[in-house]
Amino acid sequence: MKITVQAWRQSSPTSAGEFVSYPVDNVSEDMSFFEMMDKLNNNLIRQGKDPISFDHDCREGICGTCGIMINGRAHGPLKGVTSCQLHMRSFKDGETLVVEPWRANSFPVIRDLVVDRSSFDRVMESGGYVSVNTGGVPDANATPILKNDVDLAFDAAACIGCGACVATCKNSSAMLFVGAKVTQYALLPQGQVERKNRVSNMVAQMDIEGFGNCTNTSACEVECPKEISVENIARLNREFLKASF
Amino acid sequence: MTWIFTFFQSSIGKKILMATTGILLSLFLATHLLGNLMLFGGAEMFNNYVHSLANMKPVVRFAEVILTLLFLAHIISGIRVTLENKRAKSISYKISPGPETTKLHSRSMAISGSIVFIFLVFHLQTFWYSFQNMHSADADFYDVVINSKVGYNNPLIAGFYILALLLLALHLRHGFQSAFQTFGVGDSRYKSLIETVAVFFWLVIPLGFISIPVYFGFIK
Repeated sequence: MKITVQAWRQSSPTSAGEFVSYPVDNVSEDMSFFEMMDKLNNNLIRQGKDPISFDHDCREGICGTCGIMINGRAHGPLKGVTSCQLHMRSFKDGETLVVEPWRANSFPVIRDLVVDRSSFDRVMESGGYVSVNTGGVPDANATPILKNDVDLAFDAAACIGCGACVATCKNSSAMLFVGAKVTQYALLPQGQVERKNRVSNMVAQMDIEGFGNCTNTSACEVECPKEISVENIARLNREFLKASF
Repeated sequence: MTWIFTFFQSSIGKKILMATTGILLSLFLATHLLGNLMLFGGAEMFNNYVHSLANMKPVVRFAEVILTLLFLAHIISGIRVTLENKRAKSISYKISPGPETTKLHSRSMAISGSIVFIFLVFHLQTFWYSFQNMHSADADFYDVVINSKVGYNNPLIAGFYILALLLLALHLRHGFQSAFQTFGVGDSRYKSLIETVAVFFWLVIPLGFISIPVYFGFIK
């Protein structure tokens, strides 16, 4: 395959960026998208140029480190996968891929395709934890939990915090992320102690970080690599209302 | 009182305000349509209806004040939310996410709302304002609505009404259901009930309104 990558190049957080086109030849359709990027970067290094910076870690779709906008789709066109789990067979020979960093003022660009997602960390610090009694390990099944609640909490806990929801949302809203985090604690007995403070604090921190207001377009649900449902946003609204009144 | 202020300053609080005012305005549309359908009953029926409203002026005026407040709250918070959201993504993508991720009616709330607002100003300035200056017992309101220069028999006016009402339908297509998601019941066992009621508000009611300019502007 022959691919043209039109990548966003920006050398520092304050410098102005621009799109630069790079041809990549001999791309196998069995390569992952990042293997194609590695190939491109090897070419750049051989030519004495700066390789394109992009975030990646496990390359197994579970760590939440990677995240690239490819042709206007967060994590590319394939449903339910991260950028690292995307393969070149999802594209056509001769295709031009416009590769951009997540765009949101709460995710400032550090370099090229790498963005600063510490705003998510600060939202988590504001309430994404539980109080734990120290002591011996509790017996298995000592705390009975409804199967339905476990399933919903686990679905929400699948969120890897990659930021695709914010990236694709026209409002840069973080409601799906915060909704998933609030849900995973609110539905389990371990999360009850901080339940009300958690939702109030996390929403307050989300607003301080400058994320936009949710307008329920549901784009986040479509692009989420873990397919987190917008039902978690409804639950977040409900939890917030309960905590406020 | 500060907690109320804090609540409506929060992103979710602002959306609750949009949703509550939006739903109340939709309920007003339903009552408005019931009155308008009297036009199909002929001049006498419609004039009697408007006269009966004029006879309970204090009630109507009170409702008008409430409606104005609802509209203002909905419009002002709508503008605020839209501006804040634009500010949250000041650099846009070279290729923006499009129809693969969102529906047109969900993306275009600010535009459909703005055009409906322009229509509302025009609508009030013509019909509502004319009605305020008609005090005699034999005033012919039907004639103003149908036959006057700004009435439905003018195809341009009728066409403008149809266009604005189609945009209103688009606005409600997203807005009605979205409100219940904001209230936090979008994921509940009431989901299918909400979806059914939503069809009444975004489709049936706007079609009811549209039937009037279509009939009096183009059929009759």
